[in-house]
Amino acid sequence: MTRERPDTVARWQELGVLLLPALLFAGLATRRSSPDALAQTTGQSEATALRVCSDPNNLPFSNRAGAGFENKIAELIGHELGLPVTYDWWAQRRGFARNTLNAGDCDLVVGTVAGMEMLATTRPYYRSTYVFVTRRDRHLDIRSLNDPRLRTLQVGVQLIGDDFSNTPPAHALANRGMSRNIVGYPVYGDYRQPNPPARIVDAVAKGSVDVAIVWGPLAGYFAKRSSVPLTVTPVSPQVDLPYLPFVFDIAMGVRRGDSTFKARIESVIASRQPAIDSILDAYGVPRLPLAHRASP
Amino acid sequence: MPRPALRHRFARRLPWRAATLAAVLVAACHPERSRSTGSIDVQTGGAANPNAANLPSDDGQWVRPAKDFASTRFSSLTEINTQTVRNLHPIATFSTGVLRGHEAAPIVANNTMYIITPYPNIVYALDLTKPGLPVKWKYNPKPELSSQGVACCDVVNRGVVFDAGKIFFNTLDGHTIALDAATGKPVWNTKVAEINLGETVTMAPLVVKGRVLVGDSGGEMGVRGWVKGLDENTGSVVWTAYHTGPDQDVLIGANFKAYYAKDQGKDLGVSSWPPGMWKIGGGTMWGWISYDPVLDLIYYGSANPGPWNPDVRPGDNKWTATLFARHPEDGQAVWAYQITPHDLHDYDGVNEQILVDLPIGGATRKVLIRPDRNGYVYVIDRQTGQVLAANPYGFINSTTGVDLKTGALQYNPAKQPQVEKVVRDICPAAPGAKDWQPTAFSPVTGLLYIPHQNLCMDEEGLSANYIAGTPYVGMNVKMYPGPGGNRGEFEAFNPVTGKQAWAIKEDLPVWSGTVVTAGNVAFYGTMDGWFKAVDARTGQLLWQFKTGSGIIGQPVTYRGPDGHQYVAVLSGVGGWSGAIVAGALDPRDSSAALGFVNAMRDLPDKSSLGGMLYVFGLGPAT
Repeated sequence: MTRERPDTVARWQELGVLLLPALLFAGLATRRSSPDALAQTTGQSEATALRVCSDPNNLPFSNRAGAGFENKIAELIGHELGLPVTYDWWAQRRGFARNTLNAGDCDLVVGTVAGMEMLATTRPYYRSTYVFVTRRDRHLDIRSLNDPRLRTLQVGVQLIGDDFSNTPPAHALANRGMSRNIVGYPVYGDYRQPNPPARIVDAVAKGSVDVAIVWGPLAGYFAKRSSVPLTVTPVSPQVDLPYLPFVFDIAMGVRRGDSTFKARIESVIASRQPAIDSILDAYGVPRLPLAHRASP
Repeated sequence: MPRPALRHRFARRLPWRAATLAAVLVAACHPERSRSTGSIDVQTGGAANPNAANLPSDDGQWVRPAKDFASTRFSSLTEINTQTVRNLHPIATFSTGVLRGHEAAPIVANNTMYIITPYPNIVYALDLTKPGLPVKWKYNPKPELSSQGVACCDVVNRGVVFDAGKIFFNTLDGHTIALDAATGKPVWNTKVAEINLGETVTMAPLVVKGRVLVGDSGGEMGVRGWVKGLDENTGSVVWTAYHTGPDQDVLIGANFKAYYAKDQGKDLGVSSWPPGMWKIGGGTMWGWISYDPVLDLIYYGSANPGPWNPDVRPGDNKWTATLFARHPEDGQAVWAYQITPHDLHDYDGVNEQILVDLPIGGATRKVLIRPDRNGYVYVIDRQTGQVLAANPYGFINSTTGVDLKTGALQYNPAKQPQVEKVVRDICPAAPGAKDWQPTAFSPVTGLLYIPHQNLCMDEEGLSANYIAGTPYVGMNVKMYPGPGGNRGEFEAFNPVTGKQAWAIKEDLPVWSGTVVTAGNVAFYGTMDGWFKAVDARTGQLLWQFKTGSGIIGQPVTYRGPDGHQYVAVLSGVGGWSGAIVAGALDPRDSSAALGFVNAMRDLPDKSSLGGMLYVFGLGPAT
């Protein structure tokens, strides 16, 4: 067995000094992908339904009642394709793609990070950012990871337990030697409760933490519905140098190799982007402009 | 049999040549004696004896995965020996009907064999008294479908245990179940873990003194690890010992006395973390428990801390990656030794501990031998927790050794992972020099038989991932073969000298368990499906058989109803190392299965899925 020296790192290092926020990350995250090597397995031409892989308990993204923005976008796509929407429900945890999309039980993941390796992702349809969430009555106005008050306030952070992985704010605060005043909220949460990742926003409203650093769509939606007025402010910088992104492009995902189906989905995204934007607006999803990239 | 020259060379390496040969002669010249008494005299020679109290006379059964409480995985049977093993052949096979990784040991009690599959954790009882080993009963616990999504590294189960007419086992969705061993009817069923919090259970329970001991998996999910003691008769949870948090939760009380200063103090499970972080600190327990009935202590280790990255949790992160000695009835800790403080590399501390008495420094010491994931074989005084020796059995550069005065593991700062920094050639890789796959010990040779891997890893660059609607970033971890180019090794290791006796290089990681016998045969399996018998003294390959799938199960040996010796193993590739096949992962996704896929890209060409029991014997098919 030979050692493989992946080209990813070299590319990163070359690009490091030129790093531009956001624009880069989707590209960086796209490591080798050559879906054309896989057999074309779509069979979509005979499809009788738009089969969506979805989490039944994770607003604002999706739930079994169809109340999430990904449900609404799925309906929009189904309408465009002339197909009814059906769901394969599965908690979006480790193994989600394996047990749903890649098991052949459904064909479309409405939200995933652009360039995610275990599936083929479409052109992104929105870009969001991690945000600071505070109570409005505290007037904290925290905008930057370098705000010295983050060293003394109680800071809520979304955490991932996976080995060698975590959310950008967890890494960024760790890099600054800040850990004594972090309160961790596992993204997985307790799945018996509704919308388990949302507890971190509740914690700000209740005053259990002074500030939380939260992924934008989750924060935007629950801040909008909070009985205590909350302030949502995008994290600055967008890329914590040298490489740590706080801004991500979100795309749809299909099975690797389903290139015909992927092209159809992309054409719907292209033609119905304004309608998608309206849905995202209605759910309070904080967004940044997508980079204008040459269409692949 | 070894040729004289070979024997001479081998003998030179061992301090107890005479003792070894004496024991071999006992075994070779009096096979009938072993058969009739059920045990050879393990005191012969006196050089390296398992604690006699821990090794009751061998009844030819195999009632728990580790064989005995001392976890020797040693059988005193001798009918299958270095001379007869070449005649071994399959006498029966049985398809489990399940495709994922089969890590369990077949269990033999009262002329019945009990096997458990990976999820959905079906238990079969096979009748050993009838030709073809027909099914006596089958029990399907129907675990929750969603538990498959929660389990980190394939949906494995490490075995059932037999005690007092019952079969005890755990399900992936967190139930401990007792069945009537004769009928397969459930006696009790206790939910011990909460999959909605990310807890699953994959370990084989241990039953001692009326307690069924169970621990959780799910360190990747931000859970807080524990071991529970259940009442053997009712299934009610008698005690729960957490591995993080205040002493009261860890069951550290007045009788607790850690040997090293670093492990002494009040509520270290709180103070060795940033405030509150212990609540999601990991430290699960999905490995092995041993028991010393004389000292009345159970021994086990806890898994790695969470979350990653380590800079989020400055401090020792107690009591993760820690060895505990506890009383089984109430769970109270007697001592603890944190093997890997502030783990950086995913070196869970859940490996097996073998309880033997060894001659060390001129005295016979009651020790616990622990081939740890971090690459060292620890020899520890099991009465006090003092580390007597810690010698490498695999290639290590992530640490430089263990300070026996302070008990401290010496980290190599150059191999410390850091986000946004490229760190290459970290050895051992995250699965360690050895993962869950258990070691055997032969009192005849005085050697440990360690099935293990030889992998290093790079951590370089970041890539984006996405869970529950939330993007996050992780290091790209890539594993690859360590020095020598072989990914696995079956190694005989002398725990007294701290040196390797011999080793067989295997191309693939050796992810199976092992068994060693008084017939001086050691068995193990390879991930491409070879089931092998080697001479326990020399490592010489004596026999091999190609099974239908890769072997990651635990072989056992037993005396059948006809008085003859048999060997059994489950074939069925999977587990973390085999996730590329079991989970049908894309070989181009080098960071899949936490980077293990990079090292296993060729496995799909060498093994395919399928759980199958193989039973081998010397006589005609039953």
